[in-house]
Amino acid sequence: MTMLKEGRPTTPVAVADAHMAPATVTGNRALMLDEALIFEIGSTETTGVDFAPAPNVTSRLGGLERKAIGLPGLSEQETVRHYTRLSRQNYAIDLGLFPLGSCTMKHNPRLNEKVARMPGFADLHPLAPQSTVQGALAVIHELAAWLVTLTGMHSVAMSPKAGAHGELCGLLAIRAALQARGDARSVVLVPESAHGTNPATAAFCGYQVEDIPATPEGRVDLAALTARLGPDVAAVMITNPNTCGLFERDLKTISDAVHAVGAFVYCDGANFNAIVGRVRPGDLGVDAMHINLHKTFSTPHGGGGPGSGPVVLSEALAPYAPLPFVEKQGDQFVLIEEESAQDHHGGTFGRMVAFHGQMGMFTRALAYIMSHGADGLRQVAEDAVLNANYILRSLDDVLDAPFGTSGPCMHEALFSDKGLAEGFTTLDIAKGLIDEGFHPMTMYFPLVVHGAMLIEPTETESKAALDQFIMALRSLAERAKAGDEALKGAPYHAPRRRLDETLAARKPVLTWEAPVMAQAAE
Amino acid sequence: MRYLPLTDTDRQAMLATIGAASIDDLFVDVPAEARLSGQIEGLPDHASELAVERHMSKLARQNLSAGEAPFFLGAGAYKHHVPASVDHLIQRGEFLTAYTPYQPEIAQGTLQVLFEFQTQVARLLGCDVANASMYDGSTACWEAIGMARRITKRGKAILSSGLHPHYVSVARTMAKFTGDVLAHEAPTLTAQTDIDALIAAIDKDTSCVVVQYPDILGRIADLTPLADAAHAAGALLVAVVTEPVALGALVPPGEMGADIVVGEGQSIGVGLQFGGPYLGLFACKQKYVRQMPGRLCGETVDAAGKRGFVLTLSTREQHIRREKATSNICTNSGLCALAFSIHMTLLGERGLRDMASLNHGLAVQAADRLAQVPGVTLLNDSFFNEFTLVLTKDARDVVRSLADKGVLGGVSLGRLFPDAPAIGKGLVVAVTETVTAEDIEALAMALEEEVA
Repeated sequence: MTMLKEGRPTTPVAVADAHMAPATVTGNRALMLDEALIFEIGSTETTGVDFAPAPNVTSRLGGLERKAIGLPGLSEQETVRHYTRLSRQNYAIDLGLFPLGSCTMKHNPRLNEKVARMPGFADLHPLAPQSTVQGALAVIHELAAWLVTLTGMHSVAMSPKAGAHGELCGLLAIRAALQARGDARSVVLVPESAHGTNPATAAFCGYQVEDIPATPEGRVDLAALTARLGPDVAAVMITNPNTCGLFERDLKTISDAVHAVGAFVYCDGANFNAIVGRVRPGDLGVDAMHINLHKTFSTPHGGGGPGSGPVVLSEALAPYAPLPFVEKQGDQFVLIEEESAQDHHGGTFGRMVAFHGQMGMFTRALAYIMSHGADGLRQVAEDAVLNANYILRSLDDVLDAPFGTSGPCMHEALFSDKGLAEGFTTLDIAKGLIDEGFHPMTMYFPLVVHGAMLIEPTETESKAALDQFIMALRSLAERAKAGDEALKGAPYHAPRRRLDETLAARKPVLTWEAPVMAQAAE
Repeated sequence: MRYLPLTDTDRQAMLATIGAASIDDLFVDVPAEARLSGQIEGLPDHASELAVERHMSKLARQNLSAGEAPFFLGAGAYKHHVPASVDHLIQRGEFLTAYTPYQPEIAQGTLQVLFEFQTQVARLLGCDVANASMYDGSTACWEAIGMARRITKRGKAILSSGLHPHYVSVARTMAKFTGDVLAHEAPTLTAQTDIDALIAAIDKDTSCVVVQYPDILGRIADLTPLADAAHAAGALLVAVVTEPVALGALVPPGEMGADIVVGEGQSIGVGLQFGGPYLGLFACKQKYVRQMPGRLCGETVDAAGKRGFVLTLSTREQHIRREKATSNICTNSGLCALAFSIHMTLLGERGLRDMASLNHGLAVQAADRLAQVPGVTLLNDSFFNEFTLVLTKDARDVVRSLADKGVLGGVSLGRLFPDAPAIGKGLVVAVTETVTAEDIEALAMALEEEVA
């Protein structure tokens, strides 16, 4: 331990609670304030907004005036306090390491937020005349150019709202391309390690989903895949780097085999962060790939969205891209929508969403991409991969790394629960991490590994942050192997102890209802 | 590079720990033909914060923002004033930089907000339950059509002519692949909605009728007869609300018998943002909750007996059920839901009613003033804050000319319905609390020059 000459430690040290603190009457604990629901503290008479008086006119609501609604209001001060208190019960990237595998929880630069709020972008109507939105169309056009160049693909569909929506876009383009040549194919092949969105998307598009097994080293089984290829296969959905954190070495071979039977390759680009600037999916024979702007390009996750999932397309699929898209005609940007689509592009499969996509995310992503530039993005991939391998090699002596000999990992490190004491689980280690001040890793995914722990540090974590995380996880692994019963009660220090998820599902309470007051006994 | 904390010294130390000679050793699994030796050509290097800000400001200035002109555009996206505290609160890092609340013990902030949001949305739309949000109104609409198919085991959806044309396009796109049959026609320039025609079209194959309230032309109709007719035939009524502020004044669809009510929540808290990100609202009757797409937050207790919240009923979802899920949706619109919920909490019932009254009052004044312009006719008998004007010429040209005069005068039906030239003289005009008497006068004068 490092000490000052006065004898005080200079770095945080392990502490034990000296005694059980007495309870408080409010349930609060100093800076950790519990907060009631707005329905319990607000009233329908309270408001935090003032409006000018409404003009005195005869109503033209068709005789459909509304009676009571039941929406409580709060004054501005109460509102600010309510949400500030709630915010402090959240873990966030701004607080510390958030190593969720496959989610790429990197720092969200504040310049992005500033740019997105410029009135010329934020206060702009999607149906404003095109002469008045040339700068907005330029943003879409510029970002599209970056995405196409970085992936080595032919074109990009910008409108999908999130990753899974992008998957839908890619599969619809594939389906449209097959229909255009009168080719009815019914099967989509999905590796068993794929994100759940992949089979769900394929099923949504009317395809039969067939699983492709993984090899013992954690990659797609090439022999099984090529054996299954045939005239009924429309597409293969593959994730690269995959959800075991490994690069699919055989992707080019797979693509060639898939193309040879007239099918297409869809790539789930959730893990593009590992290869951006170093590898172009277009060079590997990919036909369609979504890019999560909220992962690779740092737009905020926001507690669960909004995301943005543009889809880069190969030349074979480009004609079928959804409406709308931006074209440059002379020195003007033109938004191609229904009105002009018939004259220009007969092949489009249609519209996926109202308006033009996640503009607020385009401005953020473009600011981030320009900040890094081509050189910085390459460094992003290198540091992301370096950080993940550092974690893998710093822990593989205390945790089982099932694919530790399959070559370097890419953006994420995968461990299993093998070797934990009887009755101890991945969940116990995850909840223990909460007490140590970290967000847990992704748990129990991918399904190909028992009790999976999938750790993605991203490039924006310092070595010091990684070292502290490694120290915490080592200690938890050792406790779980030694059968430390206290671990089963974790977390002890979070705003809540373990929550009863079974109860929530068995007796769902999804909206607030006023409690029924018990009648006092007469 | 300002976002990257590793130094070259760190990198060397870490490579040594890993046992790699260089970073290239970590990319050995990339096949040689796909390995880029240097950086990708044709792209600029990194830039300072100042340089990026300068570039983006330049592009932003090439747009005429809604606040810079008399502004009357709606048609599914509305300009409303959002109190300053909303944007301040959603930028708190604990909200902005959190993830989906998969670890509930350290995500109670997000989870309680979602629980409050679900209750607010259910009450606003007049339904039993609501989910934690969808991408936007148009995707919520086609998810509702899919949900009706699963519930009724039928595959024909009847879409009202008053449904937003982009919502129709999205449903059409999806129907090509799901096999749903869609019945839909473009609207006609009349004051009456197509409720009677919809009732007449319901048959034994109908899974649902989809109707917008108020509709794309701003018209309002009682949905009760339509709900009764749908239910009598074993079909569902899906109602779409693109302007939730209207429900501060109007009876909500859920109270008129709608089984599923979806909508666009952008009006409350989110802002225009050139069309996205927006906020899909999704609510339904209690009995259909297990067929609902998307995330749901539910109340429970923790090991110490304290109330808390978790994501629940996730066996409907893709990460559990894979190809058998009710939807492939994963990410929703969490931060937009937060903005909606904060704004709604600030408003409360009283504020929402005041806001709705002000919108409606100004819209009535504007409609009457604009109807006085020679060559302009008001189509609507009923409306909330949006109505349709019929001009003497194609409204697309008029909108462009108005823009050249610095007036953003509305949305032309020609742009919305390019395949329906019969309604090309229609102009949809939205009037919110942000519109002033001067704005209305500016539009009236500019229209007079255009159509007289």
